[in-house]
Amino acid sequence: MKTRTARALRCSAALAAAGLLLAACGSSDDGGSAGQSGTTSFTGRGPITYVAGKDTTGAVQPVLDRWNKLHPKEKVTFIQLPTDADAQRQQMIQNAETKSDAYTVLSLDVVWTSEFAAHQWIDRLPEQQFPLGKMLKPVVETARYRGGLYAAPASSDGGLLYYRSDLLKQAGVTRPPATWAEMKADCAKVKKLPAAKGVSCYAGQFQKYEGLTVNFSEAVNSAGGVVTDANGKPDVDTPAAKKGLDFLAGSFKDGTIPKEAITYQEEDGRQAFQAGKLVFLRNWPYMYALAGKSKLAGSYAVAPLPGLNGPGSSSLGGHNLALSSFAKNKATALDFMKFFSGEDTARTFLEKASLAPPYTGLYDDTSLARQYPYLPVLKQSILRAVPRPRVVSYGDVTSAVQQEAYAALTGTKSSAQALKDLQRELQKSTAQ
Amino acid sequence: MTDVEIPTGTAAAEARRPSRTPVRGLRTRSRATAGSGRMAALLVSPTLLVLMIVVLYPTVMALRESLYGPKGLDPKTGFIRSTEPFVGLKNYADILGAAGDRFWNAFWNTTFFTVVTVGLETVIGVAMALIMHRAFSGRALVRAGILVPWAVPTAISALLWRWIFNSDGIANALIGHQILWTTEGFHAKVAVIVAEVWKTAPFIGLLVLAGLQVIPNEVYEAARIDGASALRRFWHITLPLVKPALLVAMLFRCMDALRMFDLPYILIGAQKNSVETLSMLAQNEASNVRFGPASAYAVLLFLYVFLVALAFVRLLGADLVGGTAGGRRKRTGLWFPRRAEVTV
Repeated sequence: MKTRTARALRCSAALAAAGLLLAACGSSDDGGSAGQSGTTSFTGRGPITYVAGKDTTGAVQPVLDRWNKLHPKEKVTFIQLPTDADAQRQQMIQNAETKSDAYTVLSLDVVWTSEFAAHQWIDRLPEQQFPLGKMLKPVVETARYRGGLYAAPASSDGGLLYYRSDLLKQAGVTRPPATWAEMKADCAKVKKLPAAKGVSCYAGQFQKYEGLTVNFSEAVNSAGGVVTDANGKPDVDTPAAKKGLDFLAGSFKDGTIPKEAITYQEEDGRQAFQAGKLVFLRNWPYMYALAGKSKLAGSYAVAPLPGLNGPGSSSLGGHNLALSSFAKNKATALDFMKFFSGEDTARTFLEKASLAPPYTGLYDDTSLARQYPYLPVLKQSILRAVPRPRVVSYGDVTSAVQQEAYAALTGTKSSAQALKDLQRELQKSTAQ
Repeated sequence: MTDVEIPTGTAAAEARRPSRTPVRGLRTRSRATAGSGRMAALLVSPTLLVLMIVVLYPTVMALRESLYGPKGLDPKTGFIRSTEPFVGLKNYADILGAAGDRFWNAFWNTTFFTVVTVGLETVIGVAMALIMHRAFSGRALVRAGILVPWAVPTAISALLWRWIFNSDGIANALIGHQILWTTEGFHAKVAVIVAEVWKTAPFIGLLVLAGLQVIPNEVYEAARIDGASALRRFWHITLPLVKPALLVAMLFRCMDALRMFDLPYILIGAQKNSVETLSMLAQNEASNVRFGPASAYAVLLFLYVFLVALAFVRLLGADLVGGTAGGRRKRTGLWFPRRAEVTV
């Protein structure tokens, strides 16, 4: 009898322990974290890795090949992470927490700089070795934390309004809309065309992920509101912010934005646009080259994002190169970062992948601008851009934004209530 | 209700054994037992050591970690402090207090997924096993076909199902009506359940098939001669005889389902309240570099899994060790045989 109880206990204990898989990943052991603050020695040469999200353009590997041909003993291997930005960040954090040297140069989304720098997961960089003066100022700011440079701007990004120039022309609209009201009016005209049967008006990235934070912030900024103020304090429960959120929530309600756009990430939106299902789409510049290869070639164009009373402001996207604190061969890594964030590479990425360069000179290059008609628009977009909150606990901030914005867009909360709750959540997560 | 079983096999045998041993040989015998006991301990010790390292150590570390809070930001340097403050049971208090809504929502989601998926998997898995057990031409192909989903990694199957459940996906084309499966709502739960059952029903099928293959044919022949219908034969012969295998399979599935993470995370997405499970909460905390609260979630999940496993073993009598007593009971062949044995 006793054996039975004991056995039952024993085997259930053994099996239940399988449930601990997760628990095992939390190690409190902290050891001597590389306590460097600004005095990193960049020594060691050899093979390194470059870690970034999935490259949908196919432009990265040729550039790496160019480096590898020049430096056969210091080869760079490309480690591709998932397309989803949240997943990229988590993998990079995991790598840092385990102090693994698997990742050398990280392609950080601009919003992660503060967090990675504060945790000392990335090294402070020698500022004078990067041509920061030749770059757009808002872009360089995203690479700083408390005055120090922790990353090298590699690409910038600003949202663009892609529109069907063919349909707009047929409907007699001569210039792209500058405000939300104009956009809705243009849509109404386009929808009367027989060629525009079943077409929806507008879409962005509204799935519950980082893209929603971007689109929400843009709507708020474009209506004159802020998510966090100049000092990083949340100030989102304002009438201006409400007008921004109301635009998105109202558009879902009245069908300006199609219902299924709530599931859209960048690629879903691009495919819908290329399939001719949308008149307007907010997306990043990477789509320009890709759409040119689709059946829409020649029948689309870009404009700055519209706003409430005039041109809107984009979120600042893009990626910065950072050096993992736990990496080996840091001398090679620094050289590679200079090469990979250099003006030549930026030009290649602009030409091959329509990635926005951080260099002012490339936007003003007339030959490039003739070749890539969206460049002037993009420069405007970036110069007017507002970075997303630059806070250490960005993960919590973006979660809260996604949670509340999603609730407002799906109609489970009024926009006023959503903003009120968001303000409270943001205050909680930025108070440290 | 606990210790009501009448010792049937081993205990009785043990009780008889000393009387059979001649008195003269008692001392040598006991010395031999002590020696073989030491030998047994020696032989088992590597296993115990491995278990200590891979099971006990992480458990204790997680318990310890759950008493520490997240590292704070040093306002002077701007860097995160390198040590975690000891906060006692505050993490648990926060989970059940401040973050209570989220915790209980995840708790019910986890429970709901477990009950529904394991229930469906059991029914479908047994059906699959019965089909695979039949002798017919093309059986190998059917067996392979049924087992394919089990061979697909969960993350990959979640991606496959995400395409199927896309707003323009096959699922919507088939039902001729647009459902946005990956948005919040009950349909998201349905999507997860469909994908989970598709993937893991073959696991139950496989284990039940193994159970079916050891049932001797004579039993069925005898039942047929007695005029038992197919349904009766299934209910009174097949089911009782595969019960041990089936219960083990269900227990494994229950514990897997309670830890469900990758499927809802990839198929529906992070922080979707309608499909958020306890594991996802723990992962969310860990991904925001708060290992203390993450461990607290993991410990609570551990306790929950432990209790479910215990309940399973005690209430349904799942026999995982498969000792002599279990072997005996297999042959007595009734769903709840113990009560009957006691009353007799």
